[in-house]
Amino acid sequence: MSGAVLIEARGVHKHFPMRTSGFGAAAVVRAVDGVDLGIRKGETLGLVGESGCGKSTLGRLFLRLIEPTDGAILHKGTDLTSLRRGALRARRRDLQIIFQDPFGSLNPRKTVGAIIAEAYAIHGLGDRTERARWVAATLDLVALPRDAARRYPHEFSGGQRQRIGIARALALKPEFIVCDEAVSALDVSVQSQIINLMQDLQQELGLTYLFISHNLAVVRHISTRIAVMYLGRIVELADADALFAHPVHPYTRALLSAVPVSHPDQPRHRHMLRGDVPSATAVPKGCRFAPRCSFAEPRCLELDPELSRLDDGRAVACLLAADGTLPAEQRGGEAD
Amino acid sequence: MADVLAVEGLTVRLAANPDRSSILDDVGFTVSEGEVLGIVGESGSGKSMLALSVMGLLPPALTIRAGRISVLGDELAGRPREAWRSHRGRDMAMIFQEPMTSLNPVMRVGSQITEVLRWRGGLGRTRARQRALELLEQVEIPSPRSRLDAFPHELSGGMRQRVMIAIALAASPKLLIADEPSTALDVTVQAQILDLLRSLQRQSGLAMILITHDLGVIAEIADRVMVLYAGRVAETAPVRSIFNAPAHPYTQVLLGSIPDIAAQRARLATIPGSVPDALNMPPGCRFAPRCQYCQPPCEMSPPALRPLATDHNVACLRAFGELAVPA
Repeated sequence: MSGAVLIEARGVHKHFPMRTSGFGAAAVVRAVDGVDLGIRKGETLGLVGESGCGKSTLGRLFLRLIEPTDGAILHKGTDLTSLRRGALRARRRDLQIIFQDPFGSLNPRKTVGAIIAEAYAIHGLGDRTERARWVAATLDLVALPRDAARRYPHEFSGGQRQRIGIARALALKPEFIVCDEAVSALDVSVQSQIINLMQDLQQELGLTYLFISHNLAVVRHISTRIAVMYLGRIVELADADALFAHPVHPYTRALLSAVPVSHPDQPRHRHMLRGDVPSATAVPKGCRFAPRCSFAEPRCLELDPELSRLDDGRAVACLLAADGTLPAEQRGGEAD
Repeated sequence: MADVLAVEGLTVRLAANPDRSSILDDVGFTVSEGEVLGIVGESGSGKSMLALSVMGLLPPALTIRAGRISVLGDELAGRPREAWRSHRGRDMAMIFQEPMTSLNPVMRVGSQITEVLRWRGGLGRTRARQRALELLEQVEIPSPRSRLDAFPHELSGGMRQRVMIAIALAASPKLLIADEPSTALDVTVQAQILDLLRSLQRQSGLAMILITHDLGVIAEIADRVMVLYAGRVAETAPVRSIFNAPAHPYTQVLLGSIPDIAAQRARLATIPGSVPDALNMPPGCRFAPRCQYCQPPCEMSPPALRPLATDHNVACLRAFGELAVPA
């Protein structure tokens, strides 16, 4: 099912300058700070991390919705960042996004039909009757009634609105969709409907997803592979099952151990992290996780580890993991 | 153990439309000393309004139509606001989902804690500041002395929630209501806050109500669980019974609809449709329109909450074998 890389970030950076008052050098938020990540055709790549780690910024960079400060986004061998406006627009037929907020991301003054058909108008596809037929077919895909086309977003519940958001993304039959916290705002019973729908659509249409979420249980459920992000970098990339069975990077371990248990009898092994996530304006020298890491050695504060492949196929950005000296068990009592 | 809070037959309606609307209907439960009651429900279940009813903080648009709310044996429902005021902050306290909106942004953290201590605890200025420092230490805020003079915006989300907890605990309440206390926080911070709440609760023998939509949080922290659906109690049971032997079809499908972090499952359970509107509740079981087992008797009148096993109550005809088995 998954094989060839469909879309790939190479050395991608996104630095946002901050307006600072007074003197001194302007601060820079290093939201995405050197990411290499290939997404394979037909897979769901889960992207997890805590607020401010840069995961949404990275998602938008994949579609070139924002311009990278440095680096390339390769889609089928073409660098999206080199394309001019017209060529980029043509590409975007294949590249779509679904947002978190089904309330804020739909124009309240347009009918659902007009929201979906907008894509055809932008790309100059079809005439009136053809567009109406495509809209109906798209509504069928997301299991909304056809008469939804004549109604307005406010007439729908949160779950139905998210179906509209998905329909809009599917209108042009894309091959790659960035799902940015696409189910996070929904109640669990509705969330499960949308997750099932997204999985069905993937099967049916051969879609590739970049699934961004802070909800680790959802990401585990839907993903083929998972990338863990911390302060603008990918720190671990592994098959979903392998990552959960055996997280390697100390940050991944802490993150997974913090997820609430799914049954009261399930044992809890918390690896508490000390301190807060440092600001992306003051990224620590060396390994950016070192100041909070219970395994950190002096060299970790000096050398910035690269994402390197381990024997089992996963990639980890940790000096100790790379040379095999990272202890398997968390050190007790050190996380204060 | 003594009941710190007893609620019986609580019915809350829209003040403007008390006959047709229903926010909470015939809700009853108790919380005893040293116990954590988890209340689970989705949007529209009435879980937050239940908390506000207990605190006597319902918005003016809502009104308590019937029922009893008794705090430490003192009957409060139907009494004037002053009656609640003597308990609020002293015997019972509440923490909310978003600490940034519940803290005063222009007041130093220390002053927000000492305010409670001086008004509720009757402490003098110096003694109150000393106690505020102890509270910040108790909620494990690093370098607490300097944090006393910080403003809320200078703290991270997790720190702010710790400050909220310190304020709530300032008057040593007997009952703490936490409404989605960790929902707005990142997962690693959420874990810290839950662990803190649990350890504080154990140390002090506090009765706690934890309101959440997250069954994982329930599994972590609750002793007993109440499942609310569309303003009615669907099921109450000890936490293990809820997870091992859920009896209400809503509880069952709710448990099946969350992805499991521990094991891969092929497909998630879903509930068709959505929660009924407060102005348009079905006359029978409120879950009936979405229930795969629904039969005509379910649509006649709301099923009573009845004991199925020790401490396990369910409001469903099917759970008691009272529906005909379909041919």
